[in-house]
Amino acid sequence: MAAAWRISSLISRSLSVPPAFLSLGRNSSLRRGVHRFSTAALIEEPITPPVQINHTKLLINGQFVDSASGKTFPTLDPRTGDVIAHVAEGDAEDINRAVSAARKAFDEGPWPRMTAYERSRILLRFADLVEKHSDELAALEAWNCGKPYEQAAKSELPLFVRLFHYYAGWADKIHGLTVPADGPYDVQTLHEPIGVAGQIIPWNFPLVMFAWKVGPALACGNTIVLKTAEQTPLTALYVAKLFHEAGLPPGVLNIVSGFGPTAGAALASHMDVDKLAFTGSTETGKIVLELAAKSNLKPVTLELGGKSPFIICEDADIDKAVELAHFALFFNQGQCCCAGSRTFVHERIHDEFLEKSKARAMRRTVGDPFKKGIEQGPQIDTEQFEKVLRYIRSGIESKATLECGGGRLGSKGFYIKPTVFSNVQDDMLIAKDEIFGPVQSILKFNDLGDVIRRANATRYGLAAGVFTSNVDTANTLSRALKVGTVWVNCFDVFDAAIPFGGYKMSGIGREKGIYSLHNYLQVKAVVTPLKSPAWL
Amino acid sequence: MAALRLLLSRSSLSSSSVALLSRGKNSYLGRGIWKYSTTAAIEEPIKPPVSVDHTQLLINGKFVDAASGKTFPTLDPRTGEVIAHVAEGDAEDVNLAVSAARKAFDEGPWPRLTAYERSRIMFRFADLVEKHNDEIAALETWDNGKPYEQSAKIEVPMFARLFRYYAGWADKIHGLTVPADGPYHVQTLHEPIGVAGQIIPWNFPLLMYAWKVGPALACGNTVVLKTAEQTPLSALFVSKLFHEAGLPAGVLNVVSGYGPTAGSALASHMDVDKVAFTGSTETGKIVLELAAKSNLKVVTLELGGKSPFIVCEDADVDKAVELAHFALFFNQGQCCCAGSRTFVHERVYDEFVEKAKARAVQRVVGDPFKNGIEQGPQVDSDQFEKILKYIRAGVDCGATLETGGERLGTKGYYIKPTVFSNVKDDMLIAKEEIFGPVQTILKYKDLDDVIRRANASQYGLAAGVFTQNIDTANTLTRALRVGTVWVNCFDTFDAAIPFGGYKMSGQGREKGVYSLKNYLQVKAVVTPLTNPAWL
Repeated sequence: MAAAWRISSLISRSLSVPPAFLSLGRNSSLRRGVHRFSTAALIEEPITPPVQINHTKLLINGQFVDSASGKTFPTLDPRTGDVIAHVAEGDAEDINRAVSAARKAFDEGPWPRMTAYERSRILLRFADLVEKHSDELAALEAWNCGKPYEQAAKSELPLFVRLFHYYAGWADKIHGLTVPADGPYDVQTLHEPIGVAGQIIPWNFPLVMFAWKVGPALACGNTIVLKTAEQTPLTALYVAKLFHEAGLPPGVLNIVSGFGPTAGAALASHMDVDKLAFTGSTETGKIVLELAAKSNLKPVTLELGGKSPFIICEDADIDKAVELAHFALFFNQGQCCCAGSRTFVHERIHDEFLEKSKARAMRRTVGDPFKKGIEQGPQIDTEQFEKVLRYIRSGIESKATLECGGGRLGSKGFYIKPTVFSNVQDDMLIAKDEIFGPVQSILKFNDLGDVIRRANATRYGLAAGVFTSNVDTANTLSRALKVGTVWVNCFDVFDAAIPFGGYKMSGIGREKGIYSLHNYLQVKAVVTPLKSPAWL
Repeated sequence: MAALRLLLSRSSLSSSSVALLSRGKNSYLGRGIWKYSTTAAIEEPIKPPVSVDHTQLLINGKFVDAASGKTFPTLDPRTGEVIAHVAEGDAEDVNLAVSAARKAFDEGPWPRLTAYERSRIMFRFADLVEKHNDEIAALETWDNGKPYEQSAKIEVPMFARLFRYYAGWADKIHGLTVPADGPYHVQTLHEPIGVAGQIIPWNFPLLMYAWKVGPALACGNTVVLKTAEQTPLSALFVSKLFHEAGLPAGVLNVVSGYGPTAGSALASHMDVDKVAFTGSTETGKIVLELAAKSNLKVVTLELGGKSPFIVCEDADVDKAVELAHFALFFNQGQCCCAGSRTFVHERVYDEFVEKAKARAVQRVVGDPFKNGIEQGPQVDSDQFEKILKYIRAGVDCGATLETGGERLGTKGYYIKPTVFSNVKDDMLIAKEEIFGPVQTILKYKDLDDVIRRANASQYGLAAGVFTQNIDTANTLTRALRVGTVWVNCFDTFDAAIPFGGYKMSGQGREKGVYSLKNYLQVKAVVTPLTNPAWL
């Protein structure tokens, strides 16, 4: 998914070497006790996050409430596996309560009946409040997710705010059309809110995914039941509280923490939910769509897995390409659905590229995400951690060359050494499956025809990186790659206005940009006869 | 669906939209056309003025037998007799068709032609169809049972009009340039999706073909079309013409066959990038499930309805009666958007029922090839039986049968125009899609009452609103949870007007600018800018 380092357009004003922000001050930090992955790290005590946890209940109809069952589940610190807090565990009954609050807020409540300007003002006030609490929120996000605090504070929180400003601006710019008729009729289309939107978000970018989902749904006048990932329930509760302080009426945004098979499935199959948006794995996305099909045919937006090619042509500036390919894969501990996880390198520059990529990976600073200068924190949880290690073993067994990394780092938490494989072949598991971890797979190609065919030979089609200085090569690849986003000489540029979504089994629909509004609007045609029309 | 508009819309009164079908009724009656109350259909059916030349599958530009060699009979709804034996496609034929479409998309010329060249082929096709208007109309009527005049004067012209509409779109599909938050050039490409699977129903075989094939080809996709097993003939005929117009082989493949075999093979196919389906809600759910279980192909669904037709107290009752009659009975009641819940304000209810009954009694039913016929037979025995079951359910649950209520004649699938009054919301006939000539009239008190009841349905396809009051019209227009609101008109189906459902009536919109989106993928392309002059 997402990624956001761009708002570090703090950075993007300086050219196309994005990882600058993440690698900034690396060397100096190293001197301050940050470990390179090859050292035995993490012996120190984890830094205490500068934030309190105040909200662990479900947020239904504007109130924090316990789950109907009274159950809770622990949310864990990925640095240690220790419990951060016990969080109310929503299941089907809580989903029912939340949907009924959202239903009421839509069918009878003020939200869709406010002017669009009033709605936009609440979204703007919310963005301002988030900005005010940015550091706390970033700390909570880093704590729950394991991502570098600097990334959360300097990229993701500002991006979150920017996204709500963006959608606030859309609220009063949703126009229907007047339509030319073939006879004396006045035809118009109304773009109406759909109703109650169910939204299920993942753990890799909890806040940014919140913004992608909640922003357009509310701007279009819908009400929401949001299910967060069980790994990362905390920040959504915090910001949703702020949203109510900003004037959001009760019932408009309901947050249910919980698990997929219980709360998620209940939401996807609910007969009173008019729309569902899901971000997560392709496997789960298929289930979500099936549940929608079997229940009430709610329209579904899916943003799923990927195995995105990052293509380095022979005319590329190798140093920049190395840095960008490194960033494209390792950003956010490799936990991005659009990670550049197949690095295709032209054979003429392959060896040099490989050597430099390996060197770059070995310099990557891994450690407590609350330390300054850290580039990589722990993986999210033990399940992901084990899965990534399994893929690494599979890479070794299938005879890819392990250039560096390949194991856990330290003995506590879910840290994995930045790992690079070379001599990767298309049919190896590590070249086909989504690993979702810090494992770069480098493949060699001979010509454009070859790399286009291989890049497209996957069930996924989320994104691609293209590194070339030749405009013809860039244009050829841009059209030929069957993916929703092509980043040419850049990667993970996630501006609010740029649509994001997948071809093939990477998803259905687009989020962000003008295209995202469509996910939350119904089109109603209204036809009336005209008497003595002055024009047709 | 329906298409009335094309010819009539130049005259300005809304009730005139029914003019074509009711025109000259009385004079025809004198020439041996029966009102339904007479024992009809005893004469020999008129011989359709067309021969059936194409009964094979059309794959990769060639007419071929089914891989299995099997055929199925397609029947004349007037008699239940066989018109022709048609090649029966199943999974293997769908594989062949998909692989032809795949090749035509991945390697063939279609997406690589200029949009202007694609549009020229579509324009030529529309011209050819126009040239063969009468034959095509005869084939459509023969296979489907709908009045020939409706086919010839409305549906085939509308077919040509739709292809001209989409031909005009082909070279007007624009991506966007997108404002960035930093020094980047961002654009979106609106690309064809690839191979589109399309499954169309039997009630408007040609129009549904145009709604599906038109936007898919305009956007540069290739197509595998599965027709309904009841009505395979006209699609084969026009597809032949399409190739004569210059369509490259493999771009449009037509497979006749059944839902559980050919249809489900198409919906589950791993090499199909998109599926569009029109039919029942029940089958639509299965189609979406198959897409979910296979490759997550994007799905557009246009499904069932139970559309309210709301007659307000200030309505001109005579016009409202005529329009409500048309809204329900058009095409033998076989329209997914049929106005099948006629809500009438209590102050005008009795007068309305009396006149609606009188109008139904006058409805001219008979051989669809006869001039002046308003209603032909239902499409097949299944539908015929289903409708009669619903009529019995209406009687059993205590609704008042005002007229009709049984088959007409002894041969074929004719049903007498039927009107029920005193219908309650919880009766089956007020809840389920009957898809036949059965009008159910309900009484309401005030706007809130009718809004609540009109929306209390799993469906949300369309609504009719009959009022002179602009506030009433605007209130209902916003409050009704449906994809189309016709105010003082019904079944206006211009090419540019989007059509589709809220709730369980479907996903997505067909026709109009909105339909293009169903056949396009959006690709964002992002490139850094060096020293940009502006951002």
